[in-house]
Amino acid sequence: MTYFASQERSEPVGIAKLMHLNWGLMLLVISASALGVIVLYSVAGGSWEPWAGAQSLRLVVGLAIILGFALVPIWFWQGIAAPAYLGAIGFLVLVELLGVSGMGAQRWIDLGFVRLQPSEFMKVALVMALASYYDWLSLEKVSRPLWMLPPLAMILVPAEIIRNQPDLGTSILVVAGGSIVMFAAGVSLYYFAGLGIAAIAAVAFVFWSRGTEWQVLTDYQYRRIDTFLDPSLDPFGAGYHITQSKIALGSGGWSGRGFLQGTQSQLNFLPEKHTDFVFTTFAEEFGFVWGILLLAIYGIILGYCITFAIASRRRYSSLLVLGLGGMFFLYFTANMGMVMGLLPVVGVPLPFISYGGSATMVLAIAFGLIQSAHVHRRR
Amino acid sequence: MIRDEEQIRKSSRIVARRGLLIAIGQLAAIGILADKLRLLQLTQASEYRNLAEKNRISVRLMVPERGRIFDRNGTALADNRQLYRILLVREEAGDFEAVLDDLGKIIAIPPEVREKKIEEIKSRRPFVPVVVAEDVDWDEFAAVSANSPSLRGIFAESGFVRFYPYGRDFSHLIGYVGAVNSRERNRPEDRDPLLEVPDFSIGKTGIEAGLDLTLRGKSGNRKIEVNAYGKAMREIDRTESVPGKNVVLSVDHLLQNYVRARLHEEVAGTAVLLDISTGEVLALVSRPGYEPNKFVTGISHREFEDLQNLEGPLVSRGVWSAYPPGSTFKMVTALAALEEGLISYTDTIYCGGSMEAVNRKFHCWRRGGHGRVDFVKSIKESCDIYYFTLAEKVGIEKIAAMAKRLGFGGEFDLPLPEVSAGLIPTKEWKLQMRSSAWQIGDTLNAGIGQGYVSATALQIAVMTARIASGRAVEPKILRRIGSFEIPSAAGSLGLKENWLDKIRDGMFKVVNESKGTAYKTRSIGKSSLIAGKTGTSQIRNISAEERKRGVIRNEDLPWKRRDHALFCGYIPADAPKFAVAVVVEHGGSGSEAAAPIARDILLRAHYGEIPPLSAYPEKQRISIEEQQKKLNIIELKSDPMVSSRA
Repeated sequence: MTYFASQERSEPVGIAKLMHLNWGLMLLVISASALGVIVLYSVAGGSWEPWAGAQSLRLVVGLAIILGFALVPIWFWQGIAAPAYLGAIGFLVLVELLGVSGMGAQRWIDLGFVRLQPSEFMKVALVMALASYYDWLSLEKVSRPLWMLPPLAMILVPAEIIRNQPDLGTSILVVAGGSIVMFAAGVSLYYFAGLGIAAIAAVAFVFWSRGTEWQVLTDYQYRRIDTFLDPSLDPFGAGYHITQSKIALGSGGWSGRGFLQGTQSQLNFLPEKHTDFVFTTFAEEFGFVWGILLLAIYGIILGYCITFAIASRRRYSSLLVLGLGGMFFLYFTANMGMVMGLLPVVGVPLPFISYGGSATMVLAIAFGLIQSAHVHRRR
Repeated sequence: MIRDEEQIRKSSRIVARRGLLIAIGQLAAIGILADKLRLLQLTQASEYRNLAEKNRISVRLMVPERGRIFDRNGTALADNRQLYRILLVREEAGDFEAVLDDLGKIIAIPPEVREKKIEEIKSRRPFVPVVVAEDVDWDEFAAVSANSPSLRGIFAESGFVRFYPYGRDFSHLIGYVGAVNSRERNRPEDRDPLLEVPDFSIGKTGIEAGLDLTLRGKSGNRKIEVNAYGKAMREIDRTESVPGKNVVLSVDHLLQNYVRARLHEEVAGTAVLLDISTGEVLALVSRPGYEPNKFVTGISHREFEDLQNLEGPLVSRGVWSAYPPGSTFKMVTALAALEEGLISYTDTIYCGGSMEAVNRKFHCWRRGGHGRVDFVKSIKESCDIYYFTLAEKVGIEKIAAMAKRLGFGGEFDLPLPEVSAGLIPTKEWKLQMRSSAWQIGDTLNAGIGQGYVSATALQIAVMTARIASGRAVEPKILRRIGSFEIPSAAGSLGLKENWLDKIRDGMFKVVNESKGTAYKTRSIGKSSLIAGKTGTSQIRNISAEERKRGVIRNEDLPWKRRDHALFCGYIPADAPKFAVAVVVEHGGSGSEAAAPIARDILLRAHYGEIPPLSAYPEKQRISIEEQQKKLNIIELKSDPMVSSRA
């Protein structure tokens, strides 16, 4: 019996599970994270301080989390889905309360070495909980209206809390991510089609009402939309960041300006250059080739998630991996779409690249769960 | 939990279908992202690279230091004061209120100022620097600079601001600088890029405007790499600026100060003091004045309104206001008649108080008349009838020609933006401008400096200097530009010395002989005697009816309709060195209102200090002493302004 054959047949136990990780996926995750550290080094003007060094440390911790989570059986993770979800909700409420007592809007809890952002953890907990719910629910009931109420509540309650923080961007992504799980679980397409039509109608209504006495949004909000649609309308106001971001990106060209040579990012033309706008520096310095390479890495990761989900004979694992992959997809799409001016400015990080404690931890947890599903798949 | 094999199979089918749909959607999204990346980075790359360069390289003009203006003794009249200020950039400061708090520990920020600044910072775009403290002193500037690493978004900046140490004395002559307005920015003849610099100031009036290009200098530039906040990171290239040239004027700041103080009690008026041998203007004062330093940093709307309520404080009366010269013009008529050989000194004319000419009655200022008047007496007692008669004989063309020779009716070459030529009328002029024929009456009026004739105080002073010296004295304000000395030259007037001597004799007697119109304001001391001529120029017509009822006295008229008081003269009478012209608007009579001021100015110039009481007639000394004590001038202060002269 060959090594691979034995891998197919036997259930690995103990530390031997490490041999059964999807090392290809691990390699993609590690290389994307390494690119992230390199960019952060460059963003700081060629220095490990203040971002690249701290981020490397977090990556080591993150790697440990992935391995740790991978070793724990997937059914354990399924079993704690409900407590994890409730814990995340509690966490969100706690921050809300702290925020009220503290100064202004607060989205995190400071543990000293890392600031935990509960909304980040919510994303994973929600996918876990929804996957668990649809694993429990018999297939005939999936599209019944009554049985759709619990998952909708599970999505909308945290979404509302997060929107209230206020963090509209994350809130929308939470709703979208939850919807992906529902979609994967087999909720009737008619619901989604109906939702789509309703959304288009709502948008049309919003614009149609503009300029009338009963317009839905304030003039200011309409102007925000105008600026998004055409940033040059307001080159120094709201459109400023997007214009600068596009200038930086565009000036990168085919092969980029070279490591540490990005004039726009090095000279502070970009806001949040180490977090939400980190891709501009990446693309300016490394160019189109590396930009596409990063997209390809993301794509392959997604491809892996989908093929795994289709092949998996464990419904919970399939839905979990599709949901986590979907969240991952939504994040990099929203981020890149924003910096390239395709989507409005919403503050979401770019997975593996952006600097950030919570985001890195949550990504590690997500990929730990995916690895666990892989290791503990039905053979 | 789904355990049933059938359900697992069914679930797998659903997941497979939906998974594929998800995959298609995700692939499409990645495709859109990739395509947009291609569009930005490949298709539009060069366009964006250009924009990036523009972002990065900033050409900054280097503002030259403005040339300074000095008086004849090297005292700065317009100086540049180093100005320090503190700026805040909101985007860099983050929590800018906390930063302001920290800044408040280093420099004092009053709460109301703080509130205003917070408003201003909030209203500006986040990357625009906002001045949070203007004109801080050097210690504060240094303290902020030293602490700048801990004060996020705070910058300390230094620059120059124009400063006039003797502001009020020179408000009209030096003028002031101010921010460039849109009209000045679009003048085709001045396309200096400096005009686009936000804080740049240019001369608005006076010498500052007249010599603006000389004082301004040439801009330099720096090509620098800037970051998004406009903060300079690295200099790529540099061309130094050329500072403006320093200018030395002929004025003496102490004399100017004295003249202004002496004019201070008048509502409106002007005085010009010349050095006869060189034509140099020693003092040129206009009342009312203003504080030019207020204009430099921008005068408030209310302050400007307040200024408007005064009698035209912005008007530079010495060179811009043209007044009817009145009797001071009689020397012109007299010289014209002498040159034409129409009179001899001993010829007399009878003055009965009025005369008949072309069906009109012309009146002498002295209603009772002067009796028999010869040449010298005509000047001494300023008989109008004598000059009506002369004017009729000589004719307007000859009078106008003589007036031009003596400095009237034309502009002098002065570095001032607004210089009036006054008016010496001729027949042609009247035909063109008034579309009516010249009348004999016009000639008569012109002969006594009334009617259409008008002249500036400077022109009257120049005439006085020309009569006193016999040379074509040209007024001169500039002594030196940079290292270039401005020469002064004066050719001969071409008038016979004995004519001029007779005129001077008359002018001497005006002041120094009893019955002279300015005998009250004579001076004592052989070498400090004054010669001069009074003038009272009427600015209204006195009707025949009013004459019958009795002419209304000036004191009973509203201020605006009272006569202008004039006096011109020189000192010392036997060897003239200084010439003066004084106009007191609506001052009443020249002998009462203008002559005393002129005497004080001439004596002050002659003695080089506050004139001693011994120079005045004994009876006047007490009141003169009183008046001198009241004068608010630099010379009398124990500590002359040194402290404010940085």
